[in-house]
Amino acid sequence: MTQSKTHERVAFGVMVAFFVLAPLVVYPVFLMKVMCFALFACAFNLLIGYGGLLSFGHAMFLGTAGYAAAHSAKVWGFSPEVAIVFGTACACALGGIAGVLAIRRQGIYFAMITLALAQMIFFYYLQAPFTGGEDGIQAVPRGRLLGLLDLSNIWAMYAVVLVVFLAGFLFIYRAIHSPFGQVLKSIRENEPRAVSLGYDTTRYKLLAFILSATLAGLAGATKAIVFQLASLTDVHWSMSGEVVLMTLLGGLGTIFGPVVGALVVVSLENYLAQLGAWVTVVQGGIFVLCVLTFRRGIVGELGRLIRRPL
Amino acid sequence: MEIFGVPTQALFGQLLIGLINGSFYALLSLGLAVIFGLLNIINFTHGAQYMLGAFCAYLLLEKLGLGYWWALVIAPVLVGALGIIIERTMLKQLYKLDHLYGLLLTFGLALVIQGVFRNQYGSSGQPYAIPPALAGGHNLGFMFLPTYRAWVIVASVVICFGTWFLIERTKLGSYLRAATENPELVQAFGINVPRMITLTYGFGVALAALAGVMAGPIYQVSPQMGADLIIVVFAVVVIGGMGSIMGSILTGFGLGVLEGLTKVFYPEASNTVIFIVMALVLLVKPAGLFGTQK
Repeated sequence: MTQSKTHERVAFGVMVAFFVLAPLVVYPVFLMKVMCFALFACAFNLLIGYGGLLSFGHAMFLGTAGYAAAHSAKVWGFSPEVAIVFGTACACALGGIAGVLAIRRQGIYFAMITLALAQMIFFYYLQAPFTGGEDGIQAVPRGRLLGLLDLSNIWAMYAVVLVVFLAGFLFIYRAIHSPFGQVLKSIRENEPRAVSLGYDTTRYKLLAFILSATLAGLAGATKAIVFQLASLTDVHWSMSGEVVLMTLLGGLGTIFGPVVGALVVVSLENYLAQLGAWVTVVQGGIFVLCVLTFRRGIVGELGRLIRRPL
Repeated sequence: MEIFGVPTQALFGQLLIGLINGSFYALLSLGLAVIFGLLNIINFTHGAQYMLGAFCAYLLLEKLGLGYWWALVIAPVLVGALGIIIERTMLKQLYKLDHLYGLLLTFGLALVIQGVFRNQYGSSGQPYAIPPALAGGHNLGFMFLPTYRAWVIVASVVICFGTWFLIERTKLGSYLRAATENPELVQAFGINVPRMITLTYGFGVALAALAGVMAGPIYQVSPQMGADLIIVVFAVVVIGGMGSIMGSILTGFGLGVLEGLTKVFYPEASNTVIFIVMALVLLVKPAGLFGTQK
């Protein structure tokens, strides 16, 4: 047990060092985007990797929190930390409603239901007046954190995103290794047996769904403040597909996989941006390759090489 | 003349659009249900294959001068053959794994196909003319009925019931249903189940392509035409439950009509009404209206 923790600590140290040192050589806004998506993917991975539930509608939580944070910061004048908390709370509430509906079915039905619910939310935001339709909510003020720290300073903003990301990451790590996480894994492996052991699996799955939605919301709200924008892109089904891709590529059910996956996918998008629709083709190709030949993902394969789960 | 304060022209007009949309929901959810029954895979590529059918018709007309009736035969065969290649080379490897991998693979394929066509043809639609034999329309007194739309509704009803007959009432269909229940046993009786699986996938995909050809003259032929539609069809499938062929057909038409009526009485909700119905059905009968929970 102690041995298995050492390499996780080392990997965690490497990750923290990367995000602390990288802005010296890489554009910090890009890294903030990576961290937001990494947190989003980690939240998604909590559900699929440990609960075995494939949600194809996670964009609804990212987008809802983004809209709520952007609207409250811009129109109601909330300070950034309150706006982020408010956005996260909205995603949490939506997660409760969507979760109650979605966990009534399993497997591919669960995927189809979450996708359909997310599409409904998308159409709602498309028509709702406060979202600004195709334009989105633009020029969201970053404001001052706790009234003190001016977030228009890029390094202050970077530090906040780093803290939010690491806090979310550690929370998920803690959840996975708690008794709750163990029960969740047992449901993934064999739900009837978990039921026969006396666990109310519906409640566990719902709690996992709400936790995942809330953390995805935290990522979305933070992203809206960083980029001063909340738009339809974040609620569209292609965003739900993207987070699946990040997690699959990095490694389903691995702790660090989603972070690596997010880094790779966001970099790809950044460097292939001028290729237009070919980005979709490349992403689709990666999906096909991953499923056919590379199901463990990057981190999963690494973990197999060093014979320890990462 | 008015009904509930709505002019009958508008009411019947929207009902007709609802029936048209319902025809496509029924055709597509039927194909999904047939594929799911035997392969246990939700075919996310279905929307892209529907789009391929429409583009096939468009290209046959533009490049080879072959019209609508030829397209109605050639497009399903070509796209179905492509489906068979996909099944033989990729899907086949996934049957022993979690069903979710099939969903992920077909989602990736859909992205690739749609991306390639978007590069080639942009996001805007290409028009496809209504074939001369089906142009024009009839005045029914209470509304004007374009011939092509009547044709689409009649054709899809015939195709749907033909498929139902094939699966529920023929010898081949009984093999298919038996293989859905227990593939090993059917194989032991000397029936080539892997080939049946391949042909079933090809058939389901050909149905999607056929729907695409019929959709061409009504909606425009565009790379994204299947992407949003397939999500609605997923909701239709969840509402109906995939256990019964007749269930898919009735749910498809029923929800199309409901969507049309919503457009008349409460247009703001017309995009979302099917999803709302899905949420309600999940609360009351999680297995779907015609489904049985396994």
